[in-house]
Amino acid sequence: MNTHQQSDRSAASSRALELVIAGLIFIFGAAVVFDSWRLGARWGDDGPESGYFPFYLGLLILVSSGIVFYRGLGDKKLAAKSFVSVAQLKLVLLVLAPSVIYVGLIQGAGIYLASMVFIGFFMMWLGKYGIVKTLVVSVGVMVAFFLVFEVWFKVPLPKGPIEVLLGLA
Amino acid sequence: MDELSSLMQGFAIALSLKNVLYMFVGVTLGVLIGVLPGLGGANGVAILLPLTFVLAQQPGGTTTAIILLSCIYWGALFGGAITSILFNIPGEPWSVATTFDGYPMAQKGEAAKALTAAFTSSFVGALVAVIIITFLSPVIARFALKFGPPEYFSVYLLTFCAFVGMSKGQAMKTVAAMMIGFALAAVGLDPVNSQLRLTFGHMELLQGFDFLIAVIGLFGIGEILLTLEEGLAFKGTRAKIDMRVVIDTWKELPRYWLTSIRSAAVGCFMGIVPGGATPASFMSYGLAKRLSPDGEKFGTGQIEGVIAPETAAHAAGTSALLPMLTLGVPGSPTAAVLLGGLLIWGLQPGPMLFVEQKDFVWGLIASMYLGNIAGLIVVLTCVPLFAAVLRIPFAIIAPVILVICAIGAFTVHNSMFDVWLMLGFGVMGYIFKKLDYPIAPLVLALVLGDRAETSFRQAMLGSQGDLTVFFSNWLVGGVTGLALVLLVWPVIAGWRQNLSAVR
Repeated sequence: MNTHQQSDRSAASSRALELVIAGLIFIFGAAVVFDSWRLGARWGDDGPESGYFPFYLGLLILVSSGIVFYRGLGDKKLAAKSFVSVAQLKLVLLVLAPSVIYVGLIQGAGIYLASMVFIGFFMMWLGKYGIVKTLVVSVGVMVAFFLVFEVWFKVPLPKGPIEVLLGLA
Repeated sequence: MDELSSLMQGFAIALSLKNVLYMFVGVTLGVLIGVLPGLGGANGVAILLPLTFVLAQQPGGTTTAIILLSCIYWGALFGGAITSILFNIPGEPWSVATTFDGYPMAQKGEAAKALTAAFTSSFVGALVAVIIITFLSPVIARFALKFGPPEYFSVYLLTFCAFVGMSKGQAMKTVAAMMIGFALAAVGLDPVNSQLRLTFGHMELLQGFDFLIAVIGLFGIGEILLTLEEGLAFKGTRAKIDMRVVIDTWKELPRYWLTSIRSAAVGCFMGIVPGGATPASFMSYGLAKRLSPDGEKFGTGQIEGVIAPETAAHAAGTSALLPMLTLGVPGSPTAAVLLGGLLIWGLQPGPMLFVEQKDFVWGLIASMYLGNIAGLIVVLTCVPLFAAVLRIPFAIIAPVILVICAIGAFTVHNSMFDVWLMLGFGVMGYIFKKLDYPIAPLVLALVLGDRAETSFRQAMLGSQGDLTVFFSNWLVGGVTGLALVLLVWPVIAGWRQNLSAVR
């Protein structure tokens, strides 16, 4: 892979991901089978027990993910294929990480403030916009959402201390 | 001719000022959703579904609500063509085939012609599908009234076996994705005896996983993350449609009547049989390429190569509502979301709808005619506007779409936990798509899981655990048999290929 540019380097091969995901699905299937068995997966006094249906789902998950895993082990083509390059992964994380912080922020500050900060952050950091443009867009978008959701369709959105202070909540 | 008088009544309902207004609102929102990366028919409708909660409580409101939502869907179907032709980005999976000839046409400077052809063929495809729905759905509904639990389970089985049989990638991945959907649906309260299942002591999981959250995460967030890999800017052709081009194109279109009819037939068939719009558009493009006299020129910007996939995709997308309405079995993720809407408003999809909710059903069917006309008008007149949306810099549009997804996920149950779940489903969708695990069967299994299980257990109770109940009469036996044939179809097709290869 040294012939490639630094930024095009593969962060993980498709086979690695294939095996990891098949493995995770297998574990999930095992959990389903285990819990269904605990609940009773057989024929009770009053018909099939609660675990009856999920038990077989779990078995199918085990079988299908097992086969995918087994096939992935010997798949040379998949091993040579890049799942995601370092540059791509960076871009994805660039959006994913702030999104996680954003959802955390909604919990504390309500959706309006959190969203304004989130949109503003992207505009100033990625888009290199000035403060005035950033404020106009981020506030404008959220005012539009407020009007559509809360006024027109009467759907309440999560609010924080600021809205309470403004008497909107 | 009962259907015609019912339909006329439906038109009377759909043509009220309020409903027509919501029709245009829905179509415009829908095109917008179809154009924006990360938002598509299924998650767009899912996000906007909570908007209808209050609306649906007013008298006659459920009809207005379904008109709004279905028109968003029509709009999204139209919108997919805009990005495919102008930007070479399929806004929806079923528009992928449209890019093959649509984008080369745009590069040759024939963008307006390609767009007009795409929109008009979409309209024709939808129209054929709606006519079929009008006359076929009452028949199927009447027939389905006789269904008991075994029949219903066999129909569910058919739906899911069709997915496995028609999957293009590894069948085992389709099975895995589907079973994950079923297992997630089983989390929470047992629908039959209210026992807690698969919660492992976590109270948040008591309610189970709502498929609307899964749809918003898997399709919305997952799609945005995928789009990100391609880079942060969209490059596209500009286009404005003027009346002269429209009329010139319309004069040219009748020449391709055979392609249109063939594509509409493929589309309707694929839409009713769960499989959906995406394979329909590819299949129809492939057929047109093989059968057209200009077949070898396909891919260089042939108008026929736009007509074929668009007609089929729209016909399939529309006719996917037929099994949803008549049997309560959605044929596509978007139909599943609409079905979810019906359930939330307190309507029971299925044959009884045609008996108890006549106004609703026929209002909806009439609105399909009108909504597609509204759609055609909106897209033909507003293309530059919608194309401009894609030129909004990424630094603005990406966070706004994420905000919309978060709002959508929150409003379903007013729960923050759901917003976190949505992020989780987003990462899952991103990885699944890159590894070719199909998302649609997962979503359908999540929607139908409880009902499939209930009908299975009721059937088992009725027969005291005897599996032959699924072959007990010609109807249930036929459907179950067909399901099993579809399930092993890849194996049969493989044999046939081997045989012909030997010869």
